[in-house]
Amino acid sequence: MKEKMKGFDRKWIQTYMLIFIVIGLGIILSFISRNFLTTTNLLNVLRQISINGILAIGMTIVCLTGGIDLSVGSIVAFSGIIAAGFLRDKEYPIVLVLLIAILAGGLLGLYNGYFVAYRNAAPFVVTLSMMTIARGMTYVYSNGRPISNLPTNFLAIGKGSIAGIPVPTIILILVFVLASIMLTKLKFGRYVYAVGGNENAAMVSGINVKWIKMMVYVLSGIACGIAAIILTARVSAGLPTAGESYELDAIAATVIGGTSLSGGRGRLWGTIVGAILLGIVNNGLDLLNVSSFYQQIVKGLIILGAILIDSKRNE
Amino acid sequence: MGNDDKAREEPVFEARNITKRFPGVLALSNVNFRLVKGKVHALMGENGAGKSTLMKIIAGIYQADEGELYLHGKKVSLQTPKQALNHGISMIHQELSPILDMTIAENLFLGKEFCRGKFVDYKRMNQEASALLEKVGVSLHPSMRMKELTVSQMQMVEIAKALSYEAEIIIMDEPSATITEREISNLFRIIKSLKEEGKCIVYITHKMDEVFRIADEITVFRDGEYIGTYDSDKIDENQLVVKMVDRELTKIYPQRSNQIGDVVLKVENLGQSGVFEEISFELRKGEILGFSGLMGSGRTEVMNALFGITQPTSGSIYINGEELGKPKPRKAISKGIGYVTEDRKGNGLVLEMSVYDNTILPSLDKLSNKIGAVNRKQSMKVAEEYKEKLNIKTPSMQQMVKQLSGGNQQKIVLAKWLIQNPDVLIFDEPTRGIDVGAKTEIYKLVAKLAEEGKAIIFISSEMPEILGMSDRIIVFYEGRKQGELTRGEATQEKIMMYASDVNEGGAQE
Repeated sequence: MKEKMKGFDRKWIQTYMLIFIVIGLGIILSFISRNFLTTTNLLNVLRQISINGILAIGMTIVCLTGGIDLSVGSIVAFSGIIAAGFLRDKEYPIVLVLLIAILAGGLLGLYNGYFVAYRNAAPFVVTLSMMTIARGMTYVYSNGRPISNLPTNFLAIGKGSIAGIPVPTIILILVFVLASIMLTKLKFGRYVYAVGGNENAAMVSGINVKWIKMMVYVLSGIACGIAAIILTARVSAGLPTAGESYELDAIAATVIGGTSLSGGRGRLWGTIVGAILLGIVNNGLDLLNVSSFYQQIVKGLIILGAILIDSKRNE
Repeated sequence: MGNDDKAREEPVFEARNITKRFPGVLALSNVNFRLVKGKVHALMGENGAGKSTLMKIIAGIYQADEGELYLHGKKVSLQTPKQALNHGISMIHQELSPILDMTIAENLFLGKEFCRGKFVDYKRMNQEASALLEKVGVSLHPSMRMKELTVSQMQMVEIAKALSYEAEIIIMDEPSATITEREISNLFRIIKSLKEEGKCIVYITHKMDEVFRIADEITVFRDGEYIGTYDSDKIDENQLVVKMVDRELTKIYPQRSNQIGDVVLKVENLGQSGVFEEISFELRKGEILGFSGLMGSGRTEVMNALFGITQPTSGSIYINGEELGKPKPRKAISKGIGYVTEDRKGNGLVLEMSVYDNTILPSLDKLSNKIGAVNRKQSMKVAEEYKEKLNIKTPSMQQMVKQLSGGNQQKIVLAKWLIQNPDVLIFDEPTRGIDVGAKTEIYKLVAKLAEEGKAIIFISSEMPEILGMSDRIIVFYEGRKQGELTRGEATQEKIMMYASDVNEGGAQE
């Protein structure tokens, strides 16, 4: 039967392979654990993946230009602690605080983007530097202590539901829709792909390559700000240790979703499915009472498997 | 020694009935080639004639689709460069690929380092490297890093590297394109001594004078076909050119009736330190201005600076009488310049993007609204329109451009710029690597654009192409404008004289 599959079919299957894997995994899990295929559990998975999903969307956009952002975890912590600080100490309206958190993330992203785009510094190194800087600033601002006692209506952003759907999930969907429109319908999106695919051709075509390269980090920073709000609301506090190693999960979802780390190729829906896959695996292993130590090993193997499938797809 | 003796002489190497196809191009068609001990064998032909392809097959870089290779009468299979080296075949490549951050010695002995036990013996490596460098006549310290060298010095190191294999057959693919006159003399001295040692040398070049200086035999290729092998003392330059070109130019190059109008583009004393200097020219509406010269003579570099890809260090550029200021691609495009670059894959196309995306890429400003939303319907209409106009053959607009043939890729690059409706169009080697059919289509298109009143700069290394297309020809040599010829006075010989700085031409001025 395999020989019968010709060009289009095989390509189609390869493209949507990830979705089949997720569905297959879901079916297997629903047989093994009675608790898997319940509304509560599935909504729980969706709530759990929303933070990683949002970060992975920002990461994907950065990776499409051939860059990488290692600072997302630390930026999440910084934006979160700022939000918590403003909510506790001063009596600012919540909406303003949300904007401040997002702005904080965007500004740190701008720093990354400036050095990558205008100073020709390697993204890996610049964002590695920001990873430590943002973490340090978080500790400085909070004196190393959690900031709690946050208003209840703020906490609803992390814990509440609208029409049965968790608020974080709704935010994820919103971010996904906006980012998808940006990447596919706006010229900015075309430029992102062009810069990642062939920077020289983009430049010769009159595209402001540096600006594009800077803006993707700003977007990633903004995604961090949004994720930080959800995280802070979910755990009811700004934690200086928040978001540690989140960058790795975001990169994992991006890579599993089929985005090339060398730029120019990738799709946002793939990233979301990648985040869902990671979420389901974690959830399934939790339900099966597998220790979180083993979960890490499984996650690592999935990432490797994804990259092998991907390199086969590109011959 | 009589001719008959030569014919009976056992060849060291023989390639029989070699055929090689690339997507969309028949690079070599049933080609034969033989090498005799102690002879310098020159390979001649236009760009794209198949010389380099055949040599890469012999050096194990490409594999032939059909045909056999024989070494000392025995059939050999050369699947990798390493196998070719083991059989005593080494090649000096036209495109250099040194590892810039490693030293000369490390580059020379890459993959065959001298070792003491498990440790690299740097002392011995440097000594051997010094000896090799001395042999090719360059005084460089072997522990210098490659990035500190000039292009011509790198080329000499590359030559030294090819010698270090002590190969029986040494292929030199345009080794003289980037080196100075003094280094060329060195190279020829080396070639003569290799000849005396009984080695076979294959020498690819475009320079006529060199061929007659060192070659014993000359083989001519044309459009992937073997034309013939001639003794260098029994053929003259004119006969050779006829064998290389042999086309009725009028059939390939379109007749046209372009009206030459006012000056559109004016370049004054443009310079870039160390690259080119004092370039001045004017380009008029409806005119096709040919830029000729050898590779690396500064043609492309001038265009890159004009378009703002690199920055000129002196001079000024005027478009329709208005000074351009500091050039930038964005600015150049908005002022009505389009640039079909030489390197289609390097900076012409985003290979991973679709035909549609590539076609509209520089036009997205015009095809989107204020918030940057692309009008897909209109964009698709435009892209489809130019696909029809330029006869681009693609299964769909969503096809990735990397899956198309060179000719179709080139047409997409053209479409990108034509949509912009520029006043000035720069074509840099627009027909490189594409087949004769697609070439003719591009010639027709360029001629039509001139008739429509576009001002066109046409850069080409192919002599007949320059002669067939241009109203006026500027010849470059080593970063300078060496001469200017009108369509009436231009001949292959005159261009060659300017392009290779032969003095006889200069004296007549």
